[in-house]
Amino acid sequence: MKFSEKWLREFINPDINSEMLIHQLTMAGLEVDGIEPVCSNFEGLVIAEVKTVSKHPNADKLQICEVNCGDENLLTIVCGAANVREGMRTVLARVGATLPGIGELKIISLKGVISSGMLCSAKEIGLSDEHDGIIDLSISEPVGMHLKELIESNDNIIEISLTPNRGDCLSIAGIAREVAVFNKINFSVPEVQMSDVNISTNRNVKLTAFKECPKYLGRVIENVDTTVKSPLWLTEKLRRSGVRSINIIVDITNFVMLELGQPMHAFDNDFLHGDIEVRLSKSGEKIKLLDESHIDLKSGTLLIADESGPIAMAGIMGGLESAVNITTANIFLESAFFTPNFISGEARQYGLHTESSHRFERGVDPELQAKAIERATQLIIKTCGGQSGQIIEVLNNKELPKNSEVILRKPQIKRMLGIEFENEFVTETFINLEMQCHYEENKWITVAPSHRFDINIEVDLIEELARIYSYDAIPVSAPSNKLKMRVPDEKQETISCIREILVNRDYNEVITYSFIDPKLNKLLNKRNNLLLSNPIAPEFSEMRTSLLPGLLKSLQYNIKRQQQRIRIFETGLVFNNKDDLKQESHIAGLITGNINEKEWGKESILTDFYDMKCDVETLLSSLIGTRDTKMLPSVIEILHPRQAVDLLVKGDSAGYYGRLHPKICAELNIPENIYIFEIVINKILKKKNISFKKISKYPSVKRDISIIISEEVRFEDVMKCAENYGTNLLLNVALFDVYQGESIEKGKKSLALRLTFQATSSTLTDKSVESVMKKLVEGLDNNFGAKLRE
Amino acid sequence: MPFPFSFTHTVNVKNIEKLKAKAILEISSVIDLSQLALLRVDYLGKKGQLTQQLKQLGKLSSEERPKAGQIINAAKIAVQDAIEGRRIALENELMNENIDKDRLDISLPGRGDNRAGLHPITLTLQRIESLFQQVGFDTLEGPEVEDDYHNFEALNISEHHPARAMHDTFYFPDGRLLRTHTSSVQIRVMQNAKPPFRFIAPGRVYRCDSDMTHTPMFHQIEGLIVDEFVTFADLKGMLIDFLEIFFGKELDIRFRPSYFPFTEPSAEVDIMGERGWLEVLGCGMVHPNVLKNVGVDSEKYTGLAFGMGVERLAMLYYGIDDLRMFFDNDLRFLKQFH
Repeated sequence: MKFSEKWLREFINPDINSEMLIHQLTMAGLEVDGIEPVCSNFEGLVIAEVKTVSKHPNADKLQICEVNCGDENLLTIVCGAANVREGMRTVLARVGATLPGIGELKIISLKGVISSGMLCSAKEIGLSDEHDGIIDLSISEPVGMHLKELIESNDNIIEISLTPNRGDCLSIAGIAREVAVFNKINFSVPEVQMSDVNISTNRNVKLTAFKECPKYLGRVIENVDTTVKSPLWLTEKLRRSGVRSINIIVDITNFVMLELGQPMHAFDNDFLHGDIEVRLSKSGEKIKLLDESHIDLKSGTLLIADESGPIAMAGIMGGLESAVNITTANIFLESAFFTPNFISGEARQYGLHTESSHRFERGVDPELQAKAIERATQLIIKTCGGQSGQIIEVLNNKELPKNSEVILRKPQIKRMLGIEFENEFVTETFINLEMQCHYEENKWITVAPSHRFDINIEVDLIEELARIYSYDAIPVSAPSNKLKMRVPDEKQETISCIREILVNRDYNEVITYSFIDPKLNKLLNKRNNLLLSNPIAPEFSEMRTSLLPGLLKSLQYNIKRQQQRIRIFETGLVFNNKDDLKQESHIAGLITGNINEKEWGKESILTDFYDMKCDVETLLSSLIGTRDTKMLPSVIEILHPRQAVDLLVKGDSAGYYGRLHPKICAELNIPENIYIFEIVINKILKKKNISFKKISKYPSVKRDISIIISEEVRFEDVMKCAENYGTNLLLNVALFDVYQGESIEKGKKSLALRLTFQATSSTLTDKSVESVMKKLVEGLDNNFGAKLRE
Repeated sequence: MPFPFSFTHTVNVKNIEKLKAKAILEISSVIDLSQLALLRVDYLGKKGQLTQQLKQLGKLSSEERPKAGQIINAAKIAVQDAIEGRRIALENELMNENIDKDRLDISLPGRGDNRAGLHPITLTLQRIESLFQQVGFDTLEGPEVEDDYHNFEALNISEHHPARAMHDTFYFPDGRLLRTHTSSVQIRVMQNAKPPFRFIAPGRVYRCDSDMTHTPMFHQIEGLIVDEFVTFADLKGMLIDFLEIFFGKELDIRFRPSYFPFTEPSAEVDIMGERGWLEVLGCGMVHPNVLKNVGVDSEKYTGLAFGMGVERLAMLYYGIDDLRMFFDNDLRFLKQFH
C-alpha cells in the first residue's frame, strides 16, 4: 500500500522525521518497501484562469490566451493544447520556473507572439503521466495560489508491504492508529457529521446471502453534479496512494476507502431496477464489469443484484451498466461488510484483484460502514451538491464478526518469549491497542477492537506485546538440548560419499530444474504423464523421470560456450507416476571429451566406455562392494546398442551406463562420444562391511601369460574360468593388455594376464605353481580354445 | 725434513718418502673413479709398491724393523687417506654433475588428475547443515510433490487464506502440487514421531515465478525445534549466532515483526548490507494450530521454526549477483567453486 506521509501526518504528527517514521513502521510489522518524494519542486507554478482564447494569426495549432494568475495584469500565453478554453482553471509555469525536461522558462516569441509563460499538462510538471492537454482544474482552485502550497509538494510517498493479517492497516486511519501506539500519542480522524436527510427516496435492500454479507448500508443521493472536476487536493491524495482519478464520485468513494479503510461503491440510481438483493449467483448468470470485461459467473459468487440481475460482484467490482459517469444525476451509495472467509479467494478465482477485494479479504472493520457512508455523503454534497436520502441499514447481527474474549495467562509470556514484562506494560499496551482489558489473578482478559481480525488466541496477544515491546529489545539466549547420538542417515551418507568420489574424479556437480521439456523426455523414450497444470513455459512442464534430460541440457549449454571436455553429475529426485507416484533419489553423470585436460607431457586420449565403467565401478565398490552387483548387456533405448550396460544389484535393476545412442546425439546436435550413467540411490546405500583378511607372510609368485582367443569371448568368462582352475592358490588375475592386429589371426584377440599365486600356510614351490598353471591353461583351451601366444 | 737415519739398501727411507709423494701427486691429479681404483691397486694392492716395501721388512734386523715398519705404515695410511679423500671428492663431483643434469623448470604446471567441485548451492547447504549439526539438529527430507494438506492446510494456511496467493503454487491436474516451501517437512516429521524435535530440512522448493530475481525452483532450509521451554529469545540467539558464523563477521541484525500462518510471533530477519537492510530469513514460534494438527500438546511444548533461502545466502556469501546463474550450470561458473 502506498500513502502520502503528509496525509498520515494530518491524522497524527509525531515529532520524528521521515526516516524515523519509516523505521518505526517497519519495526511495527508494517514493512516499508520504499519512500520517494512526491514530485519535483513546484517553484514558479501558480493556479491561473484562462480569460480569453483567440487564434494565433500565424499558426493553426497555436492559440493566444489571456491568463489571470492573480497579478494586476493579465499575461499573454501562447498555448498549443487543444483543450484550452475560456474560464478554465489550470497551472501556469511563470517565466523563471524550471520544468523537468524543459529547463528554465524564458519569455519567448512563438511565431511572432510573445508568450510570458506556459500552461502545463500534468506530465510536464511531473504530477502524472497525463499529457492529453493542459491540466483542467476544478473551478474551486484559488487563482494565483502557488501550486506547491495547494498540494503540499513537500511530501513523500511511502510504500508499505502489509502482511495478510494486518488488513486493519490498509488505510490512513489504520496506519495512524499504529503510529499512535508506538509514539504514545493520540491521533485524530476527521470529524464526520450526519448529513441532513432531505429526500424520501430510498431503495430496499434484501440480504439473502446474510452469512456472506451480514451488514449492508445504502443511501440515495439525488441531484448530484457529477460534471464537477475532482479538486486537486483530492486527486493528489489519490495519486500519492497509487489510485487513478476517475470522476468525482468514484474519487470520493476511493478517498474514503483510503482514509478509513471501507471500500464503497456508488451506483447510478437511475439504472437500478427495484430492490437491491445481496445473494449468491446462479450458474449461467453474467455480468459486464466496470473494466468492460465480461464475466460468466460461477454459481455461488456473492453478488449485488437488482430485479434485472447482477449489478456488482460484491466487494470486488461494480457492473458497467450502473456505473457512475458524468451524466449521472442520482446515485445509490453502498457501504457493506462482506465476510472475509467468503470473499477470500473469490476475486482470484476470476483472475481479478482490486483495492476493494484486497481489503474485504483481509477484513474490514464491521463497525465502520455507517461512518464511511456519512463521510462519503458529506464530501459528495460538499463538492457536487445534491440531497441525501435516509441510510438504509440491513443487518444480520448474528453473522457479524465479534471478537470474543481472549485470556492471556501471565506465565505464558515468559514461556513463549523468554522474557517477563511488567504488568503495567502489558495492560497499557492492550489499552493503547484499543482493546478492552482487565487483569485478575495473573490473567488479562481482553477483547480486541472490531478492526482487528487477528487476535483470537492467547499467542496473538503475546505477539502484540512482543511487537510493541520491539523484537530487537527481547534478549537472546541459546536453546538447551539433551545430547543424544543418532545413527547417521544411510541415504545422506551415501550421497555425500558419491559426491566426494565423483568430485575427486573430476565431475562437476550441476543442479537442474526438476521440470523438463516433454519433447526432450519423449526423445529419450521416457514417459511420465506427471505434467504441471500451470508451468512457467512449455519447456518446463513435465516432471523429470530421469536426471539425464537435465544433464543433456547442461551439456548443450556448455558446448555452445566452447567447452569440449565436460564432466558433470547431479543428484536429486525423479518422479515416476505409474500406479503410485514414486519420488526417488537418483545419481547420474555424463562425460565427454578427453580423459584429462590437455596437459604437457601427456597424451590426450578421448574418454571411452571403460573410463565411465571405472567411475561406476569405483562408486559401487566404495558403497556396496562388487559382490552383489551385476553388469549385463542392456537394450535400453537411449544407449548405444553395443555399449550399453544394465546394472543389477542383488538381481534388481539399479541403473544403467554406457554410451549415448548416436541417434539422440544427432537429434540434439551434440558430439557422439557421450557416456552416461544413472543409478537409483536406494539400491546402492552405503553398506560395505569391510572385514580384514590376513596378509600371507609367504611370498607370492607372479606368472604372465598371453593367450589367443576368439574375439567373441567375453573377458569376464575368461576370468571366471581362470579363477576356477586356479584353485585357492590363485590370488588375483589382472588383465594388462588386449591386442588385435598384426600377427594375430583375424577374428581373434590376444589377452595378456598376470596371475598372482600365494599360499597362506607355506612358501609356494615352482612345482606346485607349474601344475596349477598347466591345469589353468588347459582349462582355457578346453573352454574357449585359447592358445598360449608364442 | 731430513730423516735422521737410514736403513739398509732394501728399505730406503728416502725412497719411501719419494714413493709417498709420487703417489699423493698422482692421486690428486686423477679425474675419475676408475683411475683412482687402478692407483689403489698400484700402491696398496697385493703387489702394490707400498705393499712390496712392507714385504721387505723381513729382511731387516730386529732393531730396524719396528722403525721401518712405522715409516712404511705411515706412508701407507697417508696414501690411503689421500685415495679416500679423492674418492669422496670425485663422487661428490659426479653427483653434482648428475644433479645438475636433472635440472627442471619448476614453474611448469604440475601434472595429474584434476579435482572438480560441488555446486555452490550444495556447498552453502553443507555449510549451513554443519553449523546446525553442531547444536544437535538432524537433517531430514521430504517429498517435493506434495499434497495440499502438508504444504498448506496443516500449516494453518486454509483454502482461501490470502497467504496462498503469495505462494504462486505449481499444481498438477489431480490437485497435488510442488511444495512451495520446506515447511511441509515439519508436518511429515511431527506426524510420525513424538517430541522433542530438532531438525533441519533442506531441499528444492518451487514457485510459479520467473524473472531477474526469481527462479521457478530454488532451495530452502527449514529448521525446527519443538521441546519444553523453547522461547523466542532462544530463536533470536541461535539465528544471530548462525548468521554471524555463516558470514564470518559481526553483523547488524534486526528482527522485524512479520506474518506467517504457521508461526506466531513471526519475524523476518534482516542484515545490514552495503545498500541497506537485506532480508535473509523468516522465523517464529510454531503456531499452536500447527502443533495441534500434528498432535503435539501446545501446553507442554513450544516450538521455534525458521526458513531461509539458500540461493540468497549463497549470493551474499560468494558475491554472486545473478540468481539465474545457479541453474545455467555454466562450467566457467561452477569451476570457480572448486
